[in-house]
Amino acid sequence: MMTANEIDDILRQYPEAGRDALIPILQDVQDIQGYLSKDAVVRIGECLKLPPSKIYGVATFYNQFRFQPQGRFHIQVCRGTACHVKGSAAVLDRLQRELGVASGETTRDGIFSLEVVACIGACGLAPVISVNGEFHAKLTPDSVVDVLNEYRQKAESSAHA
Amino acid sequence: MVKLTLNDRHIEAREGELLIDAMERAGVRVPTLCHMKDLFPSGACRMCVVEIDGRRGLVPSCACPVEEGMDVKTHSSRVVRARKTIIELLLANHPDDCLYCVRNGNCQLQDLAEELGVRERRFTGGRSHHDLDVSNPAIERDPDKCILCGKCVRICEEVQGVAAIDFVGRGSRAMVGTAFDQGLNLSSCVNCGQCIMVCPTGALRERSSLKDVMEAISDPDTFVVVQHAPSISVTLGEEFGLKPGTDVVGLMTTAMRRLGFDRVFDTAFSADLTIMEEASELVHRLSTGGKLPMMTSCSPGWVKFVEQFYPDMLENISTCKSPQQMLGAVIKSYFADREGLDPKKIFSVSAMPCTAKKFEATRPEMARHGLPDVDAVLTTRELARLIRMRGLDFNDLEPSNADTPFGERTSAGKIFGATGGVMEAAIRTAYHLITGEELQDLDVKAVRGMNGVKEAAVAVGDLEVGVAVANGVGNARKLLDEIREGRDDLHFIEVMTCPGGCIAGGGQPIGTDLDKVRERMNALYKIDSEDSIRVSHENPAIKRLYEEFLGEPLGHKSHELLHTHYTKRETVM
Ligand code: SF4
Ligand code: SF4
Ligand code: SF4
Ligand code: FES
Repeated sequence: MMTANEIDDILRQYPEAGRDALIPILQDVQDIQGYLSKDAVVRIGECLKLPPSKIYGVATFYNQFRFQPQGRFHIQVCRGTACHVKGSAAVLDRLQRELGVASGETTRDGIFSLEVVACIGACGLAPVISVNGEFHAKLTPDSVVDVLNEYRQKAESSAHA
Repeated sequence: MVKLTLNDRHIEAREGELLIDAMERAGVRVPTLCHMKDLFPSGACRMCVVEIDGRRGLVPSCACPVEEGMDVKTHSSRVVRARKTIIELLLANHPDDCLYCVRNGNCQLQDLAEELGVRERRFTGGRSHHDLDVSNPAIERDPDKCILCGKCVRICEEVQGVAAIDFVGRGSRAMVGTAFDQGLNLSSCVNCGQCIMVCPTGALRERSSLKDVMEAISDPDTFVVVQHAPSISVTLGEEFGLKPGTDVVGLMTTAMRRLGFDRVFDTAFSADLTIMEEASELVHRLSTGGKLPMMTSCSPGWVKFVEQFYPDMLENISTCKSPQQMLGAVIKSYFADREGLDPKKIFSVSAMPCTAKKFEATRPEMARHGLPDVDAVLTTRELARLIRMRGLDFNDLEPSNADTPFGERTSAGKIFGATGGVMEAAIRTAYHLITGEELQDLDVKAVRGMNGVKEAAVAVGDLEVGVAVANGVGNARKLLDEIREGRDDLHFIEVMTCPGGCIAGGGQPIGTDLDKVRERMNALYKIDSEDSIRVSHENPAIKRLYEEFLGEPLGHKSHELLHTHYTKRETVM
């Protein structure tokens, strides 16, 4: 998590900022922190004189923001047209049920986080997901569970190491 | 003047006025779901649409200024069809819960479905689902019943200046929620319940205590007492078809006895007690150089507001507990002793105009030896429900009086129910404490009425006391900010969380009709003008309480039972 100072550093780049600076500030914070923490939102609110509920409302209006730290393995599910046609909805559905989290959330053990993204430009591989930047192609609801299990094993072996 | 045609009739309107207001004056009503008088129109629900000759689309009348020569149709078949479709679409994503719903029979969505003749389910589809939020001791949120009209969001931000809730997400997942979807208990919500008052549906409601109260009443080993707040005798009647402002104190007292309460007490008695303590505190602060301006502490939403947003001013808040909590405290001490009752066996209920009182009763400071001063708080609405549930024919009851030793009040305690009332009552007694004489004219008109902030300079002997009264907690912000910036001519400030004071509290009959609020206010001042005792320090029961038990105002016993402290609340969401 970012310290209060790091957040203030970002805020300092927007002197006299008003409401219109909110989105860029949120983007900067998320770039560094990977998500928007409560502390960050409260601090930004104090600075811009905006209630946290308002900031949260604005931030949830855009799909790009998340409110939990990313997991060790960050899964991005492509929901572009090609993937959609090839059944990405079923893949996403399976992932959500398998992990017990929705897009934008992180599993309790902190291992996986899930995010739905617009086309990631790998249409030939549809339906595709990326895990920490690594692509997994032509998935089915069943094969995506195999992919998950691979990462679960990685997580476990490193935990024992 | 602007001339226009309304449903083939010629009418006149004021320059720049909104069409909906001109229509209303001409006796033409259109349904609204998001419209809030005096606030900027949001045009969110489109229920108020009308057809205007020459314009292609239907126009929302709540957001459209009048223009010369406009030709308006409010109930053409095209308009009515559009309204009906809106309701049908709302119902497609609404639980069919009317039979189980607290707003059954008093719901604008239900009324409109009926009014527009919705008889079949035309649209079906997946319904969105969000969890019920029961985290908060005062307010419950059921987002599934929310139709996204936005009124709660606006009253919370624009009127109350709290902004605990806002629209979250978008499209089919949009809902009204708190920051980070936390429970309302973790938000900056001050529990005022004003959002409930404007909500057209059952999406917002009080946390009900009816079950606890009924269980206590039916337990033969529990001694159940009830106190009723000064304002509710002039509002409860509306729930039983009486005119706004009808005082039903006698009927209500009898009803409470019939419901099975062992004693019925009047919170206006402890309002007198509060005045004794608070006026003494004011005089003490004035004469010893204490922290000024002193601010009232009887409205629990306001107290939480300061704890969150102005923690640097906590010392300005009077240490007096509110009348509800003072009465709760003397019931479980003085009264228990006097009757030979074990305080643990007493279940103390209060009937209040207020949702925040539910929160106040759960504050850890409001208990002694692990026993809460007050065990359960019912809103005016819940009390009415209980009366109906028990099949009492309210209007046919024989009026009766509240019980000793906490049944006698002065009208100074009674006017606590209206904004400015605490101030007026306190001035009457502080004047007596400082000068030893009675105020010549007991009416302090400058602090009465519905204005958001009222100020006056009151001559008390050689002293000029600067007073201010704010109602609607958002209105207090201006005053507090001025004081932070160095304003120093004020000595005493009254703040009521709800606009209008307790007579328009978040636990009162649903709605924010200002005419009704005025009637309720007039009723309280009428009682005051006709009363034989109009100053708290002349209440014989109060004198007795000090003689027999408390000693003197601000004395040792008072401090133990009637005073409290406040703490800064961290991280306001
Ligand atoms: S909110 Fe209104 S329409 Fe919805 S279930 Fe309750 S009474 Fe019925
Ligand atoms: S109870 Fe008052 S403070 Fe709380 S959400 Fe409703 S309007 Fe806002
Ligand atoms: S909770 Fe009630 S007032 Fe708030 S947006 Fe929903 S329906 Fe409207
Ligand atoms: S009342 Fe006019 S748009 Fe809702």
